[in-house]
Order: sequence, then C-alpha cells, then structure tokens
Amino acid sequence: MTLFLQQFVNGIALGSVYSLVALGLTLVYGVLKVPNFAHGALYMAGAYVTYVMLTSFGASYMVAMAVSIAVLAVLGGSMEWLVFRRLEGKTPVHAMIAALGMLFFMEGTADVIWGPTFRQVPSPFNDVVTLLGVSITEQRILVIVAAVAVMVGLYLLLKRTLVGMSIEAMAQDREGALLVGIDTRRVALLTFAISGVLAAAAGSLIAPLLLVFPNMGELIILKAFVIVILGGMGSVPGAILGGYLLALAETMAGTYVSFAFSELIAFGLLVLVLVVRPTGLFEKGV
Amino acid sequence: MEFPRARGVGVSLLLLTAIVFPLIVDNPYLVSVVVTAYVTAIAVYGLDVMLGYTGQLSLAQGGFFGVGGYTAGILMASYDVSFWIALPAAVAMTSALGYLIGLAALRTRGDYFAIFTLAVGVMIVIIIERWEDVTGGTDGLIGVPAPSGVGPLQFDSLTAQYYLILFFLVVTIYVVWSLMDSLVGRTFVAVRNSEELAQAVGIDAGRTHQLAFVLSAALAGLGGVLYAVFLGYIGPAMGGVQMTFMMLVYLMIGGVASLAGPLLGTLLVTGLMQVLQAFAEYQMMALGPILVVVIIFFPHGLAGLAGHAKRLFQRRGG
Amino acid sequence: MLLRVERLAMNFGGLKAVDDVDLDVPDGEITAVIGPNGAGKSTFFNVVSGFCKPSAGRVALDGVDIAGLPPHRIARLGVARTFQTTKLFPEAQVLDNVIVGRRQHTRSNVFDAILRTTRLRAEAAECRERARAALEFAGVLHLESEPVGSISQEACKRVAIALALVSEPRLLLLDEPAAGINEEETSGLTALIRKVVESGVAVCLVEHKMRMVMDLSDRIVVLNQGKKIAEGTPAEIRQDPTVIDAYLGGSSHA
Repeated sequence: MTLFLQQFVNGIALGSVYSLVALGLTLVYGVLKVPNFAHGALYMAGAYVTYVMLTSFGASYMVAMAVSIAVLAVLGGSMEWLVFRRLEGKTPVHAMIAALGMLFFMEGTADVIWGPTFRQVPSPFNDVVTLLGVSITEQRILVIVAAVAVMVGLYLLLKRTLVGMSIEAMAQDREGALLVGIDTRRVALLTFAISGVLAAAAGSLIAPLLLVFPNMGELIILKAFVIVILGGMGSVPGAILGGYLLALAETMAGTYVSFAFSELIAFGLLVLVLVVRPTGLFEKGV
Repeated sequence: MEFPRARGVGVSLLLLTAIVFPLIVDNPYLVSVVVTAYVTAIAVYGLDVMLGYTGQLSLAQGGFFGVGGYTAGILMASYDVSFWIALPAAVAMTSALGYLIGLAALRTRGDYFAIFTLAVGVMIVIIIERWEDVTGGTDGLIGVPAPSGVGPLQFDSLTAQYYLILFFLVVTIYVVWSLMDSLVGRTFVAVRNSEELAQAVGIDAGRTHQLAFVLSAALAGLGGVLYAVFLGYIGPAMGGVQMTFMMLVYLMIGGVASLAGPLLGTLLVTGLMQVLQAFAEYQMMALGPILVVVIIFFPHGLAGLAGHAKRLFQRRGG
Repeated sequence: MLLRVERLAMNFGGLKAVDDVDLDVPDGEITAVIGPNGAGKSTFFNVVSGFCKPSAGRVALDGVDIAGLPPHRIARLGVARTFQTTKLFPEAQVLDNVIVGRRQHTRSNVFDAILRTTRLRAEAAECRERARAALEFAGVLHLESEPVGSISQEACKRVAIALALVSEPRLLLLDEPAAGINEEETSGLTALIRKVVESGVAVCLVEHKMRMVMDLSDRIVVLNQGKKIAEGTPAEIRQDPTVIDAYLGGSSHA
C-alpha cells in the first residue's frame, strides 16, 4: 500500500508536468489547428533558462522560474509572429514542417551553447517530507502545487478575461471569431506566448528532478501529443485529465510490470485510439 | 512531356556525368560524399512519394531507413547472409512493416498522420537501442561486409560501389518517374488534391494511400540497406528523427513533387555540409531556419524556382 | 426505378438532418431537391453518394442496396456527383483533371506503370480520348490545356460535370451546379444538364435558383427541416401552400 501511495504521488507529480506541456500544445492546436512539433523545444528551453539563472546568475529558484517564464513567453510569441503568421493560407503540412525546422533550430542552438551533456539543476527544495509512510521531496510537492496553481490561473484567464474568451471563441470557430471582430492574429500571438509560459513552467518545475539536455523535449512532446489526441485536440480539460492519467498509468506500469513496458504505454494508447476512434476519445461534440 | 527530345538529351547528359564522375574525380573522399548523397536520395524519393504526390507528411521515413539498414546489416554481419539475399529481404521487411503501420496510421490524415508516424519513428529507435543482443544497442554493429561479387563483377572498391549504388538510384528514379507519369500517379495526385473528389469518381483513397506508404517505406528500406553496406556500420542514429528531418530538408530545398528535387536537394545540401565542415556543430542551428525560410518563401524549392524561371523565359520568348 | 430512397434518416447527435425521407429518381428524368437552408439537402446527397452513413433507411440503386457503402464503391456502381464548392485541382490542366475520372474503368497497376505495358498505354490513351469527349460534350474542349486555376467559374462548373460524366454514370448528382454564376451562364448550364439527361443519364440536383429548377425538373421534392413536405411537378409545387409557407416562413431563398 505504501508503495502504491508513493508511486501515486510520483505519478501525480509527473502528471502535473505532462498536463502543463499538453495544455500549451492543445491551446495552440485549438487556435491554429497546427500540431506544434517545436513545443517540446520550448519546454527544453524553459528548463535551460532556469538552469542558467540558477548556476550563472545565482538567482533564487523562484526568480529563475519567473525569468524563464518571461523569456519563454517572448520565445513562444515570436514563433507565431516570425513563422506561423507567414504561413497563413498554406497547407497544414507547411506549418508542420516549419515547426520541425524550429524544433531542430532550438535543439541545435542548445547543443551549441551547452553541449550534449546532461546538466543537473540544483534545487533549494531537497528536504523530504514523510506522510503516511510516503516520503516526498519538497520539489515534488512544489511541482504538484505550482502546476495546479498555473492550471487554475489558466482556467480563470480563459473563462474570466476577454483575452481568454477570445482564445476559446477562436478555437471553436475561427471564421465566427473574425466576424465578431476578434483580432485573430493577436489572439494567436497570445496563445503562443501562453503556450511558452506553460512549457517554461513545466520545464522549470521538473528540471531539478530530471536532467537537462538538448533533446529532453522529444519524448515528452510525443507523450503530450498522445494526451492531446486522447483528450481531444483543442480540449483543455482533456489535456489536464489525460496528462494525469497517462503519468499514473506509466508510473504504475513501471512499478508493477517493468520500465520498458511503461515506455510503451503512450505508444500503445496512440495505436488503440487510432484503431478504435481516430478522432479522439473525448472529443467535444460537433 | 512537353519537350521529349530536350528532356531526353538532358537526362542522358546527367547520366553520363554521373557515370564518368568517379573516373575523372581522383578524390575518394569526394566520391564517398556523393555516394552517401545518392543513398540518402533514394529514401528522399520515398518521402516525396508520400509528401509530394499524396500530400501526407510521413515522419517515420528515418525509422524505415533504419529498419532497412538494420535488417540487412544484421543479416550480413551476424549471420553471413549474402548482400543479394539481404537486400531483397530487408526491402521486403520494410515494406511489410510499412503496410502494417499504414493500416493504423492511414486511418488518419494530415496532422494526426504526421504525429502517428513521428511516434513510429521514435519507437523504432527505442527498439533498436533496447534490443541490444541483436542490434548492438546504442553502439550499433560494425563489420557489415561489402556486397559479394556477381560473376566477373566485384564490389570491394569504392568505384564499384559507386556504380552499384548509382544503379539503384537510377532504378529508383525510373520507378518514381514511371509511376508518376502514369494513371497510378494521377490517382495519387487526385487523392492529394481532394480525397472527396477522388472518391466521388470511384478511386479507393484508402488503398491509394496504403500503396504510396508501402512504396515510400520500401524506398527508405532500400536506401537504408545501401547506407549500411556502404558505411560498413549500423547505428541507431540512422533511424532517428534527426535523419527524417535531414531528409525533409533535402526534399524541401530540392523541391517536392518534382522528379529532380530529391536528388538535387540531397546532393546540394550534403555537398555544402562537407564544404562547411568546419562549422559542423552549427549544422542543425542553421538548417532549422533555412528550412523555415524555404517553406515560407520557396515552398516548391529549387525545382520550383527553375520551373518558374523557365516559364518566364518562355513567356518572353513568345 | 433507378434510385429508390426509402425512409432515409440521418442524425448528427440529436439533430435530425434527414428525417424519414422517401424519394425516387426514375431513369431519363431530372429530379430536383429543393428547400430552405438547413433543410437537409446536402446531407441527403452525402448519404446517397456514401460520404455519410445513414442512421436508418434504404438507398437502392436498381434494386441493390447501396446505403453505407464507401463512396468509391457507390461511384463504381454508377453514381457520380459534383460538389457545391468545386474541388478541381487548380494547378493542373483541365484535361488532366478530367482524365482521372476514368480511373475506375482502368486496371493498370504499379507493375504496368513500371514495365510500361501495352495495357497501360492503351488505357492511358483511352482515358485521354474519353476525357476529351467529355470535355467536348460539356462545351469546354477548347480549354483542355489551360490550368484550371485560370478558367472562369462557369467553365469550372462545366469541367466538374465533364469529370463526373467521364466515369459513365447512370445517375448524376449535382450539388448546386449554378451557385456563383450569372443568369446567362445559368441558362447555358441548364442546356448542358438537359443534354446530359438526353444522353441517358438520370440527374438529381440540389439547387437554389428557382427558375432553373422550374425550367429543368420533371419532378421536384421539397425538404424542410429534414422532412419531405411536398413532391410533384414544377406546376404543382409552385402552387403548393406548404411549400410557399416553408419558404416564406423561413429565410427566403427563392
């Protein structure tokens, strides 16, 4: 039971990160209908910015994370402004290839600056809290709490602000949004900036628990895609729920079956969805 | 089609250049660079069959390249199977895998298809890396032998391997040309243009996509086999997503849905990368933005620019 | 009866787009399906041509049930269709666009293509001839080597009809053939559709332009909110109070 609880908490921590990454991906997909393959690179960049702030500038962890979020908001936004905006009216295939171009640019840049070596990110939250026989590092608690805070913030943004409502309106009906006077370009720009923020939060939160390296975004972006497809492309609750479910499934499979098996779960789910219902399991009604 | 004679002369000249190239260039390094480009170009033609002619972005191309290379490489290095058996076996293996994956992947189109094939590509690398007993894991396998001789023909020398690989490249280009210049190719393009319209005139879009995907995988497999044999080595990187990305760069720079595009792009970019080898560490950093610029400003690549220039010239000429 | 639709229903979620509709298309006639926007006309076409699977009901072509078959199978059984928005390939030449409509009658495969067999060459030549004949029939043969992107809207409509005809259908479904073209062009198109019927192909069309419908049709079926509300000759429909009501009650399109 203790093992189960322990793994459950670990799964929730991992799921928090999965959900944050999937959320950015799903928002961008909702608004632009483009799967942003470069999204994993934003997550990687977020982790590196935090790493640099901590190690080279001696910033506190919270300051490092704030800087990372700000930098990634700009980086995410500039992706839209410099690239995706110029591809309006072209086929989705063009946008996908451009996204791959940016992915390899960012990975290549990280490789040039920091090299392929794995970096350890120091965290001030190394103490272990024991509760009901389950020991959790403070960093894990931080991951869970901060992720939930970010998600609540995102929810409020989407439901309570004009900007957020425009994002939702555009995701549901782009033409309609244009007709009612929504500046779709501005909304797209903002959505990309938000996706950068979410990726930076995810990357910065998980960095102390994992290692940081240029290709760290590749596997997680695939998992985020699986989550987003499962939860329905463009669906916010689907991304959150899917993130936690996938992470829990992986953690439990890793504990009770084998690590190799846990790695196959995401892929297995993807195949299953395609065979059973290619449009996604929880897709919103037409 | 418009100028059959001019075209015939052009193709003959190009072929002649390719044939005399290793005889007049006394630089083994340069020859081996060109051979590597030929090998990769074969797989890039496969990518073009999907992306250019049927309009679907397959990101498993590097993976299939790896499967072809590993199948032949393992058969030859670990089981002493002759190249002439390993080659068809590996191509058959890749085609069969392409068929099976196509059954699932082709239930989707567009972005879902790209995501699914990306996942396939990543899984192939994971399997290669984990199945250490057979694949040699992250270290790969060395000692893939050169093709055994056939009658008087021996393939130990670089020049002989150059001609062998040129032969397969020419076959590939012929196959792609003959398909695209036929009713089969028209069917592909019809499906790319509008799947609904194609179906409305009685075309089985699902079967057409499946055929294109298997063909595309087969060409990737063929390229992979030759790559493994030419380098004498197989490693997980040859099946990686980065390999797929490089193929995309070659294809987009050369020009999609054009017969010359894949070869042109592959030769040019690999050539430039050799010239600029001092800056090799900046390769990905540079190629990413180049790809983006090509997509935004020259979506039809060099072949498209050439076609554009030709039309301008014709219009001026009357 | 060439096409007999019985008790056809199509639901999207809770919405009944087509609700218990019966319809017959006899050989050698023009049957029109009209109705206000959202009446279910396009859905009706999509079901008959196989792009939507019906929720209930029967679609029989010459007595054979085709409901739920994939679109390419239905096409091969002799049902051709055009689309509201022309889906031709703008970068390709007119003739190349039409040739592919003949593909269902050819048997050349990958190996024929690679080996350049006589079958391939014979079929390619035949397709070309048939495509040119269809273009001539539609009155656009002179445009055969123009890129589709550069020809007029009306010419596009004619090319789309040629593409449908080259497959030698028994039944041609026309989805708003006259949308987006002017009065004069519409009457030209009306003449072409009449010629199609005279050549032995039954036509079923969805159209908003009432004059054209009244001019052309042998029989008219009126849908409103998924249900059939009237059926008859143009003269009968013109005087039917339920039809007038449906059009005036909803948003008028006549």
